[in-house]
Amino acid sequence: MKIFKKDKTKKITNERSLEIERERSNKSTSSSSSSNQKSKKLRIFRINAVQNPNDVPHFDEFQVPVKRWTTVLDALLDAKSYQDSSIGIRYSCRMASCGSCGMKINGIPRLACYTKISDLDTNTITCEPLPNFPYIRDLVTDFSQFFAHHRSVMPFIQNKKADIPDVNELSEYEQSPQDLDKFLQFSYCIKCGLCYSACPTVATDLKFPGPQALSQAYRYYADSRDSDKSNRLKVIDTSHGIWRCHFAGSCSNVCPKGVDPALGIQLLRSHLLGISNSEKKIAKLQDRSNNNSYREELEEEEEEEEK
Amino acid sequence: MTSATSAKRIDDNNKNDRTNREGLRGWLNPLTYGWERVSYWFQRLTGIFLLVYFIGHVYETSSLVSGPDAWAAMLELTQTVGGHLFLILVIGASTLHTVNGIRLIFTQSGQGLGKPGRPDYPYDPTSVNNKQRSGLWIAFILAAVAMLYGANVLFSGE
Repeated sequence: MKIFKKDKTKKITNERSLEIERERSNKSTSSSSSSNQKSKKLRIFRINAVQNPNDVPHFDEFQVPVKRWTTVLDALLDAKSYQDSSIGIRYSCRMASCGSCGMKINGIPRLACYTKISDLDTNTITCEPLPNFPYIRDLVTDFSQFFAHHRSVMPFIQNKKADIPDVNELSEYEQSPQDLDKFLQFSYCIKCGLCYSACPTVATDLKFPGPQALSQAYRYYADSRDSDKSNRLKVIDTSHGIWRCHFAGSCSNVCPKGVDPALGIQLLRSHLLGISNSEKKIAKLQDRSNNNSYREELEEEEEEEEK
Repeated sequence: MTSATSAKRIDDNNKNDRTNREGLRGWLNPLTYGWERVSYWFQRLTGIFLLVYFIGHVYETSSLVSGPDAWAAMLELTQTVGGHLFLILVIGASTLHTVNGIRLIFTQSGQGLGKPGRPDYPYDPTSVNNKQRSGLWIAFILAAVAMLYGANVLFSGE
């Protein structure tokens, strides 16, 4: 299926890039007797949507050297460093923690830093911007709509009892490991947008918050420190809200951090339907204004537990 | 670049459809994201197919008001090889849509999906596990069995 109006393929075959390529391959063969360096073709989506609104999307092809451990991000940076410095890529941590380098690699949304070329098992690697995110330039997309949805679900703990005006009156919550496990998985979200781009409902409905925002709604709903559950449910219980999810499971399949947004959405829906127990035990606030008495209390509790 | 120019350019971008939305293409390709996406695709496709069949069925039965001859002529259409194949598709689509629909009622109510836990690498999402998927296999198997039974009845005339 053709995605673009016009597929203009430009081959980078200038003398300088070939020269660098040759120099590098000579160096690698001379320095290492067991050299496993190969080269692969990198097809990169190119567009400059902000500076030139009439720019026609097209692919540029680059031949890049790869090793067993080369990631797609490494290959992209190689092409940017030695062949075309104008390639637009967003990246930061290179270790799947920041979620900046999300892109569609060989048809599937993935993190470029987390995808090894050897795992792709193809000679041509096609990199496109994440679908359902507006273009900015090349592989860089606009996340403003995505973050707006994230903000709309109030991704923060709300508890009126925890409104502590004086820092000296420091308090903390009592939360058991079992309570923590109910939401911890969902708090590993790095907001990379892969789930949002894989979701078929997001593809057709601009107002749908998407798997990321909905799983975060569940993350705060399930947190025993949060007590504002009715307002949370009100935000997502709309015609374009949680009911538009049809459980295609693609969000969970592409998530690089094991967040499993589909699980969060279905669990949240079970609470809305009243199937799951909607009564949540709100964590107690522990007053630590007098540290000595707090320690004494803790010691007493420990003694009781030992008995 | 001034902010006014920048704003104008962003407006222009919107006019030129830089939204990069997948639209219907988003769900027309079922093969990229795993079995749940295949199930999603089949559920929609069979739903649309059954809706079209339902409209045709209402039209077919409404021929009764034009007398027994009109009704008999309409029934003749289903007695051809093409008519039989169409009815077999209806049997398969309705079975798959029903059984998979029942599975989706459970999963979309949070049942049979497992509990949240601490994810370990390599991440294996619990919501798309084999326990949950077994409902999908049952739907496919039952649809195939129903189609075979239907084919046997229609073509052998028993």
